Amino acid sequence: MRISVQEAAFDAGAEANAFTAGLTGAGAVVTFTGIVRDNGGRLAAMEIEHYPGMTERAIGAMVDEATQRWALADALVIHRHGRLEANAPIMMVATASAHRADAFAAAEFLMDYLKSRAPFWKKEIGADGAEWVAAKDEDEAALGRW
Amino acid sequence: MQRIDVLYFAWVRERIGLPRERVETDAATVAGLVAELAAREERYALAFADLASLRVALDQELADFDAPLEGVREVAFFPPMTGG
Repeated sequence: MRISVQEAAFDAGAEANAFTAGLTGAGAVVTFTGIVRDNGGRLAAMEIEHYPGMTERAIGAMVDEATQRWALADALVIHRHGRLEANAPIMMVATASAHRADAFAAAEFLMDYLKSRAPFWKKEIGADGAEWVAAKDEDEAALGRW
Repeated sequence: MQRIDVLYFAWVRERIGLPRERVETDAATVAGLVAELAAREERYALAFADLASLRVALDQELADFDAPLEGVREVAFFPPMTGG
């Protein structure tokens, strides 16, 4: 299991290949990469603030829970903070299991929890100013299915 | 009297104008601490005007506003999280 909270950009393809190369006994890998939407060209950049210490701890607890609920061979979470340009990768989740159902479910679980239980806050920087992104009710509601 | 590090994130930090500060308090609960802070100055009152739009963590674990402060070293206030 690897968790990386980082400012630096990452190469999602290279990360997926390295993750896959390190596996033993897995039959399925699911990866998800989140990227900065440019909102039809209106978004110049995104700034992501986080709570150092709590961030790593909260993600660690999510990964622990995922490994208890599903038979995972491995899991990876990368999440960036700081200033990100439009179309840049923000975060990535990879999960591996013997069969695909566990890998898909664990990846969706981790995504749902990262959205509203990991201490990150997004601010969109546009041509006409900057605005904190509001949390969505449906993201909170999504936790109910787990 | 208890000494607590209080941290602010996102618009809470911007509204109050500080990322963190050390606070001496007799408050028994988070809600008591919020009442003390809100009574300080207008910028604090504005930041804490609507508790439904805020979340709190005690020693880096999410908590409720009625949670006790006894033994807590770090309290953080922030809006609902927007990761992923």
